[in-house]
Amino acid sequence: MANSELKKVMEVKDLFFTYPGAPEPTLKGNNLPIYENKITALIGPSGCGKSTLLRAMNRIHDLYPGLTYKGKIDLRNQETGKMENILDLKKENELINLRQRVGMIFQKPTPFPMSIYDNVAYGLKLQGIKNKGELDGLVEEALKGAAIWKETKDRLKDSAMGMSGGQQQRLCIARSVALKPEVLLFDEPTSALDPISTGAIEELISEIKKDITVAIVTHNMQQASRLSDFTTFMYLGDIIEFDETEKIFLNPSQKMTEDYITGRFG
Amino acid sequence: MGGKLFRNFSFFSATLSFFLLVGIFAILFTYAQESMHTFGFDFLYTEIWEPGEDDEGGIFGGYIPIMGTLMSTLIAMILATPLAMGIAIFLTEIAPGQIVKPFSIAIELLAAIPSIIYGMWGLFYFAPIVQLLFGGNGVGLLTAGIVLAIMVIPFMAAITRDSMNTTPDVLKESAYAIGATKFEVIKDVIMPYSKGGIIGSIILSLGRALGETMAVAFLIGSVMTVPKVITDPTTSIPVLLANNFAEAQDLEISSMYYLALILFVVSFTVIALAKFYFFGRKKH
Ligand SMILES: Nc1ncnc2c1ncn2[C@@H]1O[C@H](COP(=O)(O)OP(=O)(O)O)[C@@H](O)[C@H]1O
Ligand SMILES: [Mg+2]
Repeated sequence: MANSELKKVMEVKDLFFTYPGAPEPTLKGNNLPIYENKITALIGPSGCGKSTLLRAMNRIHDLYPGLTYKGKIDLRNQETGKMENILDLKKENELINLRQRVGMIFQKPTPFPMSIYDNVAYGLKLQGIKNKGELDGLVEEALKGAAIWKETKDRLKDSAMGMSGGQQQRLCIARSVALKPEVLLFDEPTSALDPISTGAIEELISEIKKDITVAIVTHNMQQASRLSDFTTFMYLGDIIEFDETEKIFLNPSQKMTEDYITGRFG
Repeated sequence: MGGKLFRNFSFFSATLSFFLLVGIFAILFTYAQESMHTFGFDFLYTEIWEPGEDDEGGIFGGYIPIMGTLMSTLIAMILATPLAMGIAIFLTEIAPGQIVKPFSIAIELLAAIPSIIYGMWGLFYFAPIVQLLFGGNGVGLLTAGIVLAIMVIPFMAAITRDSMNTTPDVLKESAYAIGATKFEVIKDVIMPYSKGGIIGSIILSLGRALGETMAVAFLIGSVMTVPKVITDPTTSIPVLLANNFAEAQDLEISSMYYLALILFVVSFTVIALAKFYFFGRKKH
């Protein structure tokens, strides 16, 4: 790989992860670089640990007690340029700060029970922005960034619960984008959506990668090949292969990867 | 075949309960007629409850029991609501896994204790404490209100907890994922999401407190006087009905039906509101 000009934003190093009460680790020594302003796809059969890995990357797992990490997940400090291990973070406010830097979009759209405007403004307010004019500007910018400004500008005060699934998902993306995160993690963001909404979300993801680094779990091989720059194939908690997407889909080096993408299992 | 039978049966039961409701209302209304004609709306603010000589006529007014019912319920709700919310939040979001179960079971058991036991406990154990702390002579509005609160807290907390538990994990996670603290997630996501159920639980508890007889009969003092301070004894609608029904005659009986009708209408309105909120919640 000629990746001399690629910059790592995150790097998972030798990560073991065990759920509370589980007899053995779900992630077994994973290594994965996440390159800046690139889209990295995580593929693999159901239950192989894709979501588990993604949820480790902003420590959302830690909302539930009793889990154990071993290894490192480095995140680049924007100011110093140094890599810092996010598994060292302990305090609630450090984790909050981490999650504002590494955002997450879920499988099902999760609008909050409030207005469209408040959904986007909510995270900004949590960050301490109070000025109404400033909030208005940032909300508009985020909704434009998530390509739903046109549909929502006349009903910003309406409840977000009344939007279509596809719109809700773009609203959730807007809500995360508004915080200007360094990395956005997507866990099968289109699996609950129709093809047209899926197309809109894919377009949006390719659009935001110029500002935000993306890691996306997907079940859909076409989606991975269309969208991503890098792809990693996981199986039973192991990372079997990581490479440029083209290489993975045209000429994988592992037999298992080839079997999976050609649909022989999974 | 079986499906049709079941449908007919449930249709029958549903209609029956509707007719029961209408029937009860009609009976209360009919028997209350004499008193309604005699006292009209003056009944609502007349403070006297006096049978006439040799059980003929007399003057009956509902002001004291109506106020007693409303005041004791109000005290109960003011005390119970914040505590029940606190318990529900603790059980859904704060308590560590191991203690949620025993705590929940305890709450459900408390909710199932017959009210007469709360009444006896209140009279023998709790009334002296109230007397010590707030003066008065133990029984009275305040004691009744506090014990009513203690009675409805488990019920309110259990329903509120159940409706808070319906908040999907991913919704909470989404809020954490944009940097919310636990407190912010509770306040901005869980509470609004389960608002319908929470309001419903408050209103259902209100309905229970309004109609409670046994516990209040022990604690409110059962005297026909307007309380001057919150620790003074007074009476409430169900207590007055339970105490006087056996000996009452004609106009007094009719006045009691009038009181019952008032309680029925208030409780019915309260429950209807609760249903409306529960129903409203299902929409999204
Ligand atoms: N909360 C949990 N507790 C225990 N085991 C879990 C939990 N969530 C997922 N798992 C297990 O971890 C493995 C990986 O799950 P997951 O990461 O969700 O897979 P994927 O996203 O690739 O389909 C599965 O075997 C699953 O059963
Ligand atoms: Mg998954």
